[in-house]
Amino acid sequence: MAEKIKNSAVLFNPLSKNNPVIVQVLGICSVLAVTAKLEPAIVMGVSVIAVLAFANVIISLIRNTIPTNIRIIVQLVVVAGLVVIVDQLLKAFAYDASKQLSVFIGLIITNCILMGRLEAFAMANKPWPSFLDGIGNGAGYAIILVIVGFFRELLGSGTLLGYNVIPQCFYDAGYVNNGLMILPPMALIVVACIIWVHRSRNKDLQEEN
Amino acid sequence: MENLNLFIRSIFVDNMIFAYFLGMCSFIAVSKNVKTAFGLGVAVTFMLVITLPINYLLWTYVLSPGALVWLGPEYAEVDLSFLSLIMFIAVIASMTQLVEMTVEKYSPALYSSLGIFLPLIAVNCAILGGSLFMQQREFSSVFTAISAGAGWGIGWLLAITAIAAIRERLATYSNIPKPLRGVGITFILTALMGIAFMSFLGIKL
Repeated sequence: MAEKIKNSAVLFNPLSKNNPVIVQVLGICSVLAVTAKLEPAIVMGVSVIAVLAFANVIISLIRNTIPTNIRIIVQLVVVAGLVVIVDQLLKAFAYDASKQLSVFIGLIITNCILMGRLEAFAMANKPWPSFLDGIGNGAGYAIILVIVGFFRELLGSGTLLGYNVIPQCFYDAGYVNNGLMILPPMALIVVACIIWVHRSRNKDLQEEN
Repeated sequence: MENLNLFIRSIFVDNMIFAYFLGMCSFIAVSKNVKTAFGLGVAVTFMLVITLPINYLLWTYVLSPGALVWLGPEYAEVDLSFLSLIMFIAVIASMTQLVEMTVEKYSPALYSSLGIFLPLIAVNCAILGGSLFMQQREFSSVFTAISAGAGWGIGWLLAITAIAAIRERLATYSNIPKPLRGVGITFILTALMGIAFMSFLGIKL
């Protein structure tokens, strides 16, 4: 059955129809916490794509040798190993970003997207589709991260990636940055708006109450 | 006194849900009715109170830079802090398994009410998050770790019970736009409660 699912569908479905964040509702914690600025959001997105793709491949390679009773611990160890590598790489090459992300790189381990994809896909599929699934879901997560980060930084600080984008004459005319957007609760509202827009376009995703 | 202060602050000011958004996945998924939400909250509190002191001892006496000095002066240079993530998650996963087995053996009634939630807790970010904050903030003693763990756990319990109580009534008393029903409105509710909890900022005992 696994072969019948097209590889392209595996790669592209998670971008919108089956998005891990706004449809499967996985991995919310980090979406909310790291998106006050665009830059950490991008770093976080790339880290998750890398960890997810490689964890999927590794678990898929050893899926027939893992005893079912301890599979959660095996998965956690594989993911934790990869996260430690990412963490050390970031500390070496992107120290500022790793300072801003603080504990949230470590929290990739318990990011439900990882456990969810490992359980649902990698345990039952071959390495190549698992790799594509990892990239697809990671990218779906990163897209939401970047959208939220974009709006929060633009409206909250009037900058993008640290550069001023709102011209000075706006401020002279009385425009004020919305400080509320920097605060964590606003991330939830932005995500809720994305869900609203997304579900009014995809009516089959709507819930009863 | 200092620990009491930390305990209160951990419940209200540093609330896991409203200030850090940790443990959101299960928070959104399990908050449909009060009873199960309360059960999960109790399980999370329990695990935080158990794992935080263990991880604290592990960090202070084994993993932090120079911690192995009690083995002899030649170990003073050893720095195992890069292992902390793997060790913390291993402690959490094995404690979850252990607690599950113990509860199943000695209290079947509690087990049947918590049962399905216990395995889920190994991947609840609030638990690992607690340990990582402990590491970052350099707590002074094991009692500090226990009171912070209890505070964060109770704060999480409070948050999920409150949201579940609201969601139970939403269906009957409100007319929400269709695309926003379910997950969407829960996000907005959590945001509003988060803004309300911000008024606790700066509380000191």
